[in-house]
Amino acid sequence: MPARTLFDKLWEAHVVRDLGGVVALIAIDRIFLHERTGSVALKSLRDSGRTLLDPSRVFCTMDHIVDTLPGRGDSTLMPGGSQFILETREAAREAGIRLFDVRDPLQGIVHVISPELGIVLPGATIVCPDSHTCTQGALGAFAWGIGSTEAEHALATGTLRVARPRTMRVNFEGVLPPGVTAKDMALALISAHGSVGGNGYAVEFAGGAVRELDIEARLTLCNMATEFSAVTGFIAPDEKTFAYLKGRECAPRAALWDQAVRQWRELRSDEGARFDREITLDVSDLAPMVTWGTSPQQAMPITGRVPEAAAAGGSIEAHARALGYMGLEAGQALAELSIGAAFLGSCTNSRLSDLRRAAAILRGRRVASGVRAICVPGSMSVKRQAEAEGLDVIFREAGFEWREAGCSMCFFAGGESFGHRQRVISSTNRNFESRQGPETRTHIASPEVVAASAVMGRITDPRTLIRANGLAGHDLVGHDLVGGRR
Amino acid sequence: MEAFTVMTAVAAPMLRDNIDTDIIIPSREMKTVSKTGLSAGLFAGWRYTAIGGREPNPEFVLNQPAYADTRILLGGSNFGCGSSREHAVWALHEYGIRAVIAPSFSPIFHGNCIRNGIVPVALGADDIAAMAAWVSEAPQEHRVTVDLQRGEVTAGIKRRYPFVLEGEAREMLLEGLDAIDLTLKHRTAIQQFIDQDRQTRPWIYQGA
Repeated sequence: MPARTLFDKLWEAHVVRDLGGVVALIAIDRIFLHERTGSVALKSLRDSGRTLLDPSRVFCTMDHIVDTLPGRGDSTLMPGGSQFILETREAAREAGIRLFDVRDPLQGIVHVISPELGIVLPGATIVCPDSHTCTQGALGAFAWGIGSTEAEHALATGTLRVARPRTMRVNFEGVLPPGVTAKDMALALISAHGSVGGNGYAVEFAGGAVRELDIEARLTLCNMATEFSAVTGFIAPDEKTFAYLKGRECAPRAALWDQAVRQWRELRSDEGARFDREITLDVSDLAPMVTWGTSPQQAMPITGRVPEAAAAGGSIEAHARALGYMGLEAGQALAELSIGAAFLGSCTNSRLSDLRRAAAILRGRRVASGVRAICVPGSMSVKRQAEAEGLDVIFREAGFEWREAGCSMCFFAGGESFGHRQRVISSTNRNFESRQGPETRTHIASPEVVAASAVMGRITDPRTLIRANGLAGHDLVGHDLVGGRR
Repeated sequence: MEAFTVMTAVAAPMLRDNIDTDIIIPSREMKTVSKTGLSAGLFAGWRYTAIGGREPNPEFVLNQPAYADTRILLGGSNFGCGSSREHAVWALHEYGIRAVIAPSFSPIFHGNCIRNGIVPVALGADDIAAMAAWVSEAPQEHRVTVDLQRGEVTAGIKRRYPFVLEGEAREMLLEGLDAIDLTLKHRTAIQQFIDQDRQTRPWIYQGA
């Protein structure tokens, strides 16, 4: 057999039937829904008189619309949101699928709870009517976002008609410097190769720097594949993957586990396998990245200055519009920009390791006056674990709001927002115009940058505070060393 | 789904890159669990003078009398990026849009178009810019033809642009096929796959 890529293996294991040309009928192992786009798929399926092929492999969560304020229930700050919650609950009950409801102790953001519960598995296909489904490729799955009609198709038939994407491998080589993360790797890739750089491709992330990432960081990296316009992003499973999954609620057990792991070890690109495109990036000199514009490709090292049009790539008009929207001028240092808010959360960066790294910076420090800071754990399990470690105390004492799990203010749906022209440093994935609120100015970055910037009241290179921690010892209050306000 | 073969209509230029689905229909405009009633929210952030309001912004291209009855959009690259929400396509369709011509599309938006009878046509940015310039001289007279049968866009006598729709997208649109109905014809093959796969990967069926 010729050398095959990991994607070839994932694809070929799921072909039910060749439909001619590049299209095949692909078996879908897992379907996840949420109350925003899954509700309409369930409702439409019911109205068409069709039934689910296998409800035992379909899951649903409440994450997009549900409030994240303490004491939340079915009513929402988003006008009309409760209708989505009530109809989703009813449709899920009728369909006989497992729902992680508003008060379920396992509720959370779909792309956080699916790995956390071992619902996504290496070698599996998983779809969700949500663009960030590619996140779950981090475990070696073929995971991709679809529309609601496609979700209906998958629910009814257990398959999708898929045009086979081209293959790309992105090799991250070198050793990631301290204070630099998977989020920075993703932003560096997208800024170098553009928001359409991955268009039409299934992208395998590989190389020494990827192997070094823990599973939660790999989820962050794959999460951003959709911002690269890729069909999906994924990483070959390895011992870290197996250790992460072992014992998770829906992961196989005992003899089945051993059998699964034996197969999963084959899930890697063969030596000499050919990709339609290959990109290599060295991460050794990478700095924390921050976006300056209104597309994830408009990102640069935090030590940089807002680029001139010629250096920014894209058209002069697009550059001018982005700067106008963001209230910036070319040549301004990113690290001088005052912020009004800091947001830590979303399917990109809301897992326990994200919260730990942010808390390590916040410990003994205070959010600058005038900055609204919010932390939204990605799942109720993450929240409980964080509380067991006392992270919630660090966040609260620093001046962060400590929320219930959900997508929260990653996007604006008519409820909570940061306000007009408010500048927000955010651990989320999209800095589109008005994404976090009408005319809100979003800068996306790692949890470290969010925490450091919240403390300083301006976009801040977290390495300065991390170094101060090192000098002062982690338990000391290093605040005065770095000139922040108490 | 209604079939699409050929259409000649008013085309509106919206040439900025990265027009995301939240621009096409803001999340706040998705008010009910429904595929309909969405066209009033189409491009709401640009189309109206105030958030949540309905007073037309006269500067927005689709509000201009010259672009009345627009059925085709001329867009920039990465059209439909961002959220997977199919509501963007449902809103476009309900408004009357039947084709979007852009240099590239987000893969999810592209798939959603195919499933709802909207033709996503990929052409070069320069060709689209030239077409947009010609259209804007006299939008009601300078109409654009999208011929899916021939795989060609024409804009006046001189401008002819061939295009290709990959996979089975062309056939699905031309014949207005329902993908679920088509796939259910393979019911036996699907069951055979599952029966066999259950032997190879039992954890997929027992773990969940």
